[in-house]
Amino acid sequence: MTESLIVARQLVKRFGEFTAVDGIDVEVQRGEAFGFLGPNGAGKSSTMRMIGCVSPVTSGSLRLFGLDPATHGAQIRRRLGVVPQLDTLDTELTVQENLWLYGRYFDLSRSEAKRRAKELLEFAQLADRADSIVDHLSGGMKRRLSIARSLINEPEMLLLDEPTTGLDPQARHVLWDRLYRLKQQGVTLVLTTHYMDEAEQLCDRLVVMDQGKIVAEGSPRELIDRYSTREVLELRFTAGTNEALAPQVQGIGERQELLPDRVLVYADDGEAALAATHARGLQPESALVRRSSLEDVFLLLTGRTLAD
Amino acid sequence: MTTGAFRVAGWHLALYRRLWRMNLLSSFVQPLMYLLGLGVGVGALVDRNSASGATLGGASYVAFVAPGLLITAAMALGAIESMWSVMGGLKWQRGYHGIAATPLEARDIVLGHGVWIAVRCGLSATAVAAALAYFPDTRSWGLLPAVPVAMLVGLSFAMPIMAFSINTETDGAFAAIQRFVIIPLFLFGGAFYPLSQLPVGVQWIAKAAPLWHGVIVARGFTTHSAGALWAVGHLAYVVAFAFAGTTLAVRNLRRKLYS
Repeated sequence: MTESLIVARQLVKRFGEFTAVDGIDVEVQRGEAFGFLGPNGAGKSSTMRMIGCVSPVTSGSLRLFGLDPATHGAQIRRRLGVVPQLDTLDTELTVQENLWLYGRYFDLSRSEAKRRAKELLEFAQLADRADSIVDHLSGGMKRRLSIARSLINEPEMLLLDEPTTGLDPQARHVLWDRLYRLKQQGVTLVLTTHYMDEAEQLCDRLVVMDQGKIVAEGSPRELIDRYSTREVLELRFTAGTNEALAPQVQGIGERQELLPDRVLVYADDGEAALAATHARGLQPESALVRRSSLEDVFLLLTGRTLAD
Repeated sequence: MTTGAFRVAGWHLALYRRLWRMNLLSSFVQPLMYLLGLGVGVGALVDRNSASGATLGGASYVAFVAPGLLITAAMALGAIESMWSVMGGLKWQRGYHGIAATPLEARDIVLGHGVWIAVRCGLSATAVAAALAYFPDTRSWGLLPAVPVAMLVGLSFAMPIMAFSINTETDGAFAAIQRFVIIPLFLFGGAFYPLSQLPVGVQWIAKAAPLWHGVIVARGFTTHSAGALWAVGHLAYVVAFAFAGTTLAVRNLRRKLYS
């Protein structure tokens, strides 16, 4: 039997005149890894803050563990772990002090907080840095400490707002590995990201958000199958000629997309599309055939790349 | 008071343990320097003037000024403790946002900070009182009740300033508070001479702030001239500032953290 930890119906968040979240429906089951994917300003963080019970719902309904955040905020937060977009660590304290103090906010006894801190430092691969001042840690280590700290209350659901933004590729892979382990332990993960690879790696299911609305929902594979072709041909022509040459690839593949720096041709067989391009006498500076990704889904649904 | 508030006070203690050596100077050594400088230097001049004995209520100058220093030190400490650290909690290290994600609430953060400031003011006043008890001129049982008075005065400044610090966008305003509120009150708030020496208009401004009320109560204790009802009346005024500031700070912080 599945149990819905998050149920949002027609959820709206307004700041004055500005509507950050515009009537979204979301349901997240226990044990799932669920993602909110979208560009900056899509309403992901506002949604996460409402789920984290630190931002009142403007209208619509939101239930977490079956409870209303407006009346049971503290009880809900007791069962959540939150990794915010910006670290809120005490940078002048040591790694383990950060964990102990945070545990106290959840009414853990001193000895229990220390016991859990020790385990979490192992988990976060920070055991040898337990006595380091946080300020001296690398960005990736701080992120891992933030995650360790958010686990001190053994949360049933972990909220991660852009967990790997600003990290180098290696640090991101370490972090993904840790999050994957948590998922295997049965922790429900809810995360926002504007990275396709992150969403594909971590999420069982995701929604694509744009301008406060949900524009698509499904597993990464489903979304790609539904909205894109199997492969994509990326063509780069001499700088400045993309726009002029784009009409000449019309009719090749199922669909074409003109981007500022390249032309995309959506086709189930990318090599065949490339051959067709060459057959028309076009000489791109570079051509690349790749599998479709969530980025392509996003481009189709919103008309923009995620970097915008 | 909630257990959450004491958890937050514990957080401040942990942070303070990293920098107590720096703070020791401002909260303890500085009032003593004032006491020595004023007591020995100015005191010798004042006490030689036969008319001043009546103005000071029969006390020597150093006995007159000592409780004033005890209380102004608490005011300065309370004010400083509720400025940059509040902005750090909201904007710089963002510790307040970290706490907001736990079962604790804005009220716990404000009360916890208040508890911590009261402790700081109490410790600093105790240290100053211990030093005062060493000198025959300033030795008095009244120094004991003067310590909680210092704590209340510290809070009467800290809590309203905290309410302000929560809402302010830049730390530029903090220097202005120091320059235009704290230092003028230090000089014109009745710590170094009776308010009767000032023009009536200035007296009223000084009396509107909680400092003077705390100073005369502490002085009433150390010179054994305080009536109980009189002291309670003045302290009620001090407490009202702390209470109003706390209420406002909780409201402001709730709006800031849970928007």
